[in-house]
Amino acid sequence: MTLIETHQNSQVHASSSSVSAWLTTADHKRVGRLFIGSGLIALLAGLVLAVLIAFERINADSYQILSENSATQVLATARLLLTFGAVVPLLLGLAIAVVPLQLGARSIAFPRLAASGFWMWLTGLGLAIAAIIGNGGPGGGESNLVDLYLASSVLLGFGVLLAAISIVVSVLTNRAPGMGILRAPLFAWSSFVGALALVLAMPVLIGTTIYLYIDHRYARLGFGGNFGVNRWIGWSLSQPFTYLLAIPALGIVLDVVPAMNRSRLAQRPAAFVAVGLVGISVLSAVTQTKVTLPWEGAKFLDNAGDKIADLLPFLLLTVLPVLGVLGVLGLSLLTLKSAQPRVAAPLAFVLLGLLGILEGAAAHILSGIEDADLTGTIYEAGTYVAVTFGAVLIAFGGICYWGPKLWGRSIPDKAAIPLALFGFIATLLGSLPYMVAGFADQPSGLVNGFAYSGPQDLWNIATCGGFVLMLLVSAAFIALALKSFTSGTTAGDDPWDGSTLEWATTSPPPFENFASLAVVGSSSPYADMKSSTSTGKGA
Amino acid sequence: MLALPAAPQPAPRRQVFVGTAVAGAAGMMLIGGMMATWLKFRADAPVRESLKRGLIKDWMPAKIVVPETAANMMLMGFFVVCVMAQWAVYSAKRNDRPHTGLALSVSALMTFAILNAQIFIWTQMGVAARDGAFHSMFYAATGTMTALLLSGLLYTAVAAFRYLGGRSKDVELLSAHALYWYFLTAAFCAVWFVVYVQK
Repeated sequence: MTLIETHQNSQVHASSSSVSAWLTTADHKRVGRLFIGSGLIALLAGLVLAVLIAFERINADSYQILSENSATQVLATARLLLTFGAVVPLLLGLAIAVVPLQLGARSIAFPRLAASGFWMWLTGLGLAIAAIIGNGGPGGGESNLVDLYLASSVLLGFGVLLAAISIVVSVLTNRAPGMGILRAPLFAWSSFVGALALVLAMPVLIGTTIYLYIDHRYARLGFGGNFGVNRWIGWSLSQPFTYLLAIPALGIVLDVVPAMNRSRLAQRPAAFVAVGLVGISVLSAVTQTKVTLPWEGAKFLDNAGDKIADLLPFLLLTVLPVLGVLGVLGLSLLTLKSAQPRVAAPLAFVLLGLLGILEGAAAHILSGIEDADLTGTIYEAGTYVAVTFGAVLIAFGGICYWGPKLWGRSIPDKAAIPLALFGFIATLLGSLPYMVAGFADQPSGLVNGFAYSGPQDLWNIATCGGFVLMLLVSAAFIALALKSFTSGTTAGDDPWDGSTLEWATTSPPPFENFASLAVVGSSSPYADMKSSTSTGKGA
Repeated sequence: MLALPAAPQPAPRRQVFVGTAVAGAAGMMLIGGMMATWLKFRADAPVRESLKRGLIKDWMPAKIVVPETAANMMLMGFFVVCVMAQWAVYSAKRNDRPHTGLALSVSALMTFAILNAQIFIWTQMGVAARDGAFHSMFYAATGTMTALLLSGLLYTAVAAFRYLGGRSKDVELLSAHALYWYFLTAAFCAVWFVVYVQK
């Protein structure tokens, strides 16, 4: 018997834009674009719900749109959509579409695995949302739909896991000849670290959800039934799990900054370490424990041995990841200092988004200090909003930067740069007032029936304004991207004068990405090719 | 003149092996996370007096009896499959198709034996999932392990089909298959100790 290895017909498939071609595609660029497109839609839906919740919180005593039960579920839906519906697919989609190009590979590893990951993620997300709409979310009253929510969460988790495995294996095995891991582009490295963190964290989430499903369906004696869902798997929609999701965003920053500066990244090896440090947060995500620092004011130095024993895990799990983000910011500024950068939309989005992530990560340190007494307050929501919106802004920057490569057309800077500025304002408005309200003891998870001293309305009005602004920015960006990528200015093959291999092929790339294999001799292989061509040595 | 497309990129080295290793790591985290939750419930359980062992955690209900012989046989079965899977690699490297086929067949047979032992344990214990936290978690943990076992059986079938179907040079797939069974064995060791021995 003879087996035949099947490959899709490249020429036919590359040109086909029929629905069936998209449904059955195993081309990593199309799978990535499917992730990105779905993520943008989910982002809008999540922001609409977030606005609704924030609006509801403005007047916690009188006028109410949502009942207490439905408010809890709308809150859960908003977080689900923003985290697993938007941040995950936007960054995973960019990684699936761009990383193989950066590695000089003709395809992603296990392309059908990545494609099935997308469809599992989409189906899981759709079913989870349907379950919540039918009163089956966390704390929901429809028993069968709560079961559906849990089962679809497992499906969604498997989808993300499969896509992450595909990325990890690609970076490990699909690099062009001569491209050691330290010569790989920083986005490829950060996607590798982020995907590896997901490979380690998602199975823990899946295993816990399996327990919840069996318990909820049959016993309801161990995990608190429908009200236990958030208690057991709520960590996946909060800090520090969101750091893991944002890790690929750091690589986008580290690739965009030198390209906009037309220079090499300063202290490149340190950038690998900085991204790796953020990956440490996988430990606190997987162990699901919140490390607290006993402060005790003036008595801080009493029992110093015990304090150090508490301090070490606190430093490891909570502070080190923030140092990683700080490191990325420092290296970016150091690079920008070396030359005059061009003011373009990708640079504005990634720098402002990075500041948002830094704000959320740094603020999260404070929530670990017991004396701050922030546990159970809305402060956590503030840090979540900062990291999530920051990651979304960086993803927008990634779309501006690699969009011309994927779609063949450019997004105009003039229209996009104001959106970056407004997006950053929205991030600050959406997060800082919640942090302040957290100090005033506004409870988390509640949208009405709370009161505390201080300008309660002001904080919640400001946050609501921030969410509305972010919704408008996102809608405007999506409209701009749609218009630009369908009828905008045609981009050249190398619109940013890039130095990595994705710019060495046509825009958009052909089905198998490259006509010939590149042999890599440095961390800037395409810059090397261009300089050797210009000096007459040949490619 | 008909232009031929560019030749496909040579297959990356050991992609299936690396992919299996990454999937194995994910599987270890799945089982590890489930066992950690199990141990947390066990640690939080109250203490009761046992006639044989004195004060013990009141986690597994006293009336439940775990068929330990079957559980031990399952563990031995996993080790046997590991040996068979490695034998398949050894034979394939020497281009010994009959022994490779035999090793893969015994692997599949032993997998069915393990599956049989698992079903035996479920029926003998007579535990209903709705009777309590231990009961539902027992089925969740052993059910997940069984799902992984079935994925191993599928992997064996695919490896045998591809190897015996003509890709006799594809030793990498058989190595990856063996690696997957090492992972499954390590995962079951954890389940065996936590669920069946420590209870």
